[in-house]
Amino acid sequence: MLAGACALVLLTGCGVTRGDDTKDLDMWIPNSPGGGYDQTGRAAVGVLERDDVTGGNIQVTNILGAGGSVAMSRLFGEEGNEHLLMTIGLGVVGSTYSFAVDSRPQDATPIAQLIEDQEGVLVPADSPYKTIDDFVEAWKKDPGGIAVGGGSSPGGPDHLFPMQLAKAVGIDPREVRYVSYDGGGPLTSALLGNKIQVGFSGLGEFEGQIEAGDLRALAVSGEERLEGETVADIPTLQESDIDLVFTNWRGVLAPPGISDKRKQELIDYLTEMHDSPEWQQALEDNGWIDAFHTGDDFEKFLVAEDERVATTLKELDLIDHDA
Amino acid sequence: MDNLDLLWGGLQTAVTPEHLLYAAIGVLLGTFVGVLPGIGPAMAVALLIPVTFTLDPTSAFIMFAGIYYGGMYGGSTTSILLNTPGESASVMTAIEGNKMARKGRAAQALATAAIGSFVAGTVGTLLVAFFAPALADVAVEIGAPSYFAIMVLALVMTTTVLGSSPLRGYVGLFLGLSVGLVGLDLNTGQQRLTMGVPQLIDRIDIVVVAVGIFALGEALWVAAHLRRSPMRVTPVGRPWMGRDDWRRSWKPWLRGTAFGFPFGAIPAGGAEIPTFLSYATERRLSRNSDEFGHGAIEGVAGPEAANNASAAGMFVPMLALGLPVTATASVMLAALQGYGIQPGPQLMSDQSDLVWTLLASLLIGNAMLLVLNLPLAPLWARLLRIPRPQLYAGILFFACLGAYATNLDPFDVGLLVVFGLIGLMMRRFGIPVLPFILGVILGPLMESKLREALAISGGDFSVLLDEPLAIATYALIAVLVVARPVFAVINRKEHDETDRSHDEELVER
Repeated sequence: MLAGACALVLLTGCGVTRGDDTKDLDMWIPNSPGGGYDQTGRAAVGVLERDDVTGGNIQVTNILGAGGSVAMSRLFGEEGNEHLLMTIGLGVVGSTYSFAVDSRPQDATPIAQLIEDQEGVLVPADSPYKTIDDFVEAWKKDPGGIAVGGGSSPGGPDHLFPMQLAKAVGIDPREVRYVSYDGGGPLTSALLGNKIQVGFSGLGEFEGQIEAGDLRALAVSGEERLEGETVADIPTLQESDIDLVFTNWRGVLAPPGISDKRKQELIDYLTEMHDSPEWQQALEDNGWIDAFHTGDDFEKFLVAEDERVATTLKELDLIDHDA
Repeated sequence: MDNLDLLWGGLQTAVTPEHLLYAAIGVLLGTFVGVLPGIGPAMAVALLIPVTFTLDPTSAFIMFAGIYYGGMYGGSTTSILLNTPGESASVMTAIEGNKMARKGRAAQALATAAIGSFVAGTVGTLLVAFFAPALADVAVEIGAPSYFAIMVLALVMTTTVLGSSPLRGYVGLFLGLSVGLVGLDLNTGQQRLTMGVPQLIDRIDIVVVAVGIFALGEALWVAAHLRRSPMRVTPVGRPWMGRDDWRRSWKPWLRGTAFGFPFGAIPAGGAEIPTFLSYATERRLSRNSDEFGHGAIEGVAGPEAANNASAAGMFVPMLALGLPVTATASVMLAALQGYGIQPGPQLMSDQSDLVWTLLASLLIGNAMLLVLNLPLAPLWARLLRIPRPQLYAGILFFACLGAYATNLDPFDVGLLVVFGLIGLMMRRFGIPVLPFILGVILGPLMESKLREALAISGGDFSVLLDEPLAIATYALIAVLVVARPVFAVINRKEHDETDRSHDEELVER
């Protein structure tokens, strides 16, 4: 039994050794297996390995804890490690505030943004809200009377989105009655059981419910409508004259303090991965929107996102105003 | 019957040599994964996803299902033999199971766990096959208020496990509740009792607590007494279950199944609460209730059936609604998406071949696990003949490995040692460990459901009586609380009477 157990640890630890181990990489996933970060990170590593882009092995490790903050702090502890990448996204940025981690993502080495995911506004099939306007009108009348929910804890995308939407339509975010669920599954069942009136979440997990007519999507949060049979006729917020574009994004960071040469090398790896047909297929399979920006562009984007998250959380008094 | 045909069709697809091979690989892998604390079935499936992309979805899912059920079996093995539960669902199994093992009844404990799991898994899978859509509709109606009520019931039932000294029992319970408080308050973002340690923000993993208290605490306790008390060699008993074992096991298997399945089917139900409810019920109903705490077979049979039935119940929301309610389910659904299959309510109609083959292979995997585990039970039991010092060294190694493997963070090993020391102190001062563990499990769950209910209602407590199931549960609690003293009186009378008739019999002779 012990032998089996040890073998399993080895199995999880590394694959078959081939090539030059100075070319090996670690990919940290700041969240649990099966989650969005995990899917994105593993999909990227899958393509990198299949095409042997790096010439070495890539080991994927899930580092759990505090919505990604534990992985973030550990990334900053690996200063100068040129063989490490970490998947990052909006939720991790939010969690660094909720969990009071001082390190900002832009202070690490931004490598590339990979994808975008739109958020959707969802209601049960028998909801009185037929359009986003119906909902916004009712919401403005009684912001505290409508229970809305999302699949993330405060600071996560499903929490930031309704708060920013509230602000955009003139509701004080502090009045919003937000119920946080542990992921998309429990959120869906709360909607199906009419426990909450409106749900906010990435649409990927809900396409099946929308197609079956159990849930209705009132709006998507992106700049443009989504592609795809079931989701193409969901209007954007801007079509209803709500001035808000909100996307959940994911990308890749390296630890701070790595050489410019190595940074460029890592960017090249991901660019090669991005240009491969396998990655395009992965985007399609998972319903992700391609949003590839590297290096300095990604860094500017991170700074802007970081500020936006901080502003929303300050408005909610979830973090100190001087933070 | 339509579904019967479909299931038969699924069985025919599943019983090809290739699919059977994948099922076998799955259950073997799953058993290993379950045996090792720290790596759960979710992790195992996630690791396998890239490997399985070369397979067709049906083969991959047959393997995933095998891993899932196998993990549930494997968890009970270490619980019973080494007192180190591999996942939170098998914590309850350790309590009576390990005591049985010490008395030389490890083979019986393993056998009742294996058969109970088989019974529960089979009944559960059949229920999924025939009633999943109907059950799913009911399950989504069950919300936070009902769940909270059930947890109040569980808390009331903890009074049956407080032990001989209620004061010490409550000390254990409240210590456990305090440990359950550690971490981030998800509603307000406040940190509680984390002392600024980032690894504590996400709450303390129940497996680390259980392994620390059970295994490490026990090892330290034994080590502290090595010189004073002579080493007792664990007796090796009979290899198979006797008639008495069967008689005492079959009802707990069925009751455990009845507890576990609905919890698996309701979103976020989990397997911990039903294993505890099953344990407490068996303790209350058993004629051998004085044996509880010293290795009662009912206390293994019930919870093991409950956790496997709950594992089967998980497929209700997963297949009927496309909802992942456990980590393993979400990994499996993610894998489905990787194949370009859209999980959702139409999964059962659009992908009916896949679904029915999956259900059929769950039945097959379950049978395979029984065939695999039953003959192994006496072999596993011989493991306990390893001399104590070496055995405990092995347990310690195993426990540390498991704690480390969860997150590859040495901090967790330190945490394990801390709980080992707490376990040692609890043994020293006679504080029972079971209420402690229950506090750790129940506290956070109760809090989150209560707060979810109150968040929905905006702070109005009447929401707690909003659902029929909640009201029914409170009624049951009232009956239990009132009935217990009444029953106690009746029991005493009956006892007196039987004693008297016994005396009379003696006199007549």
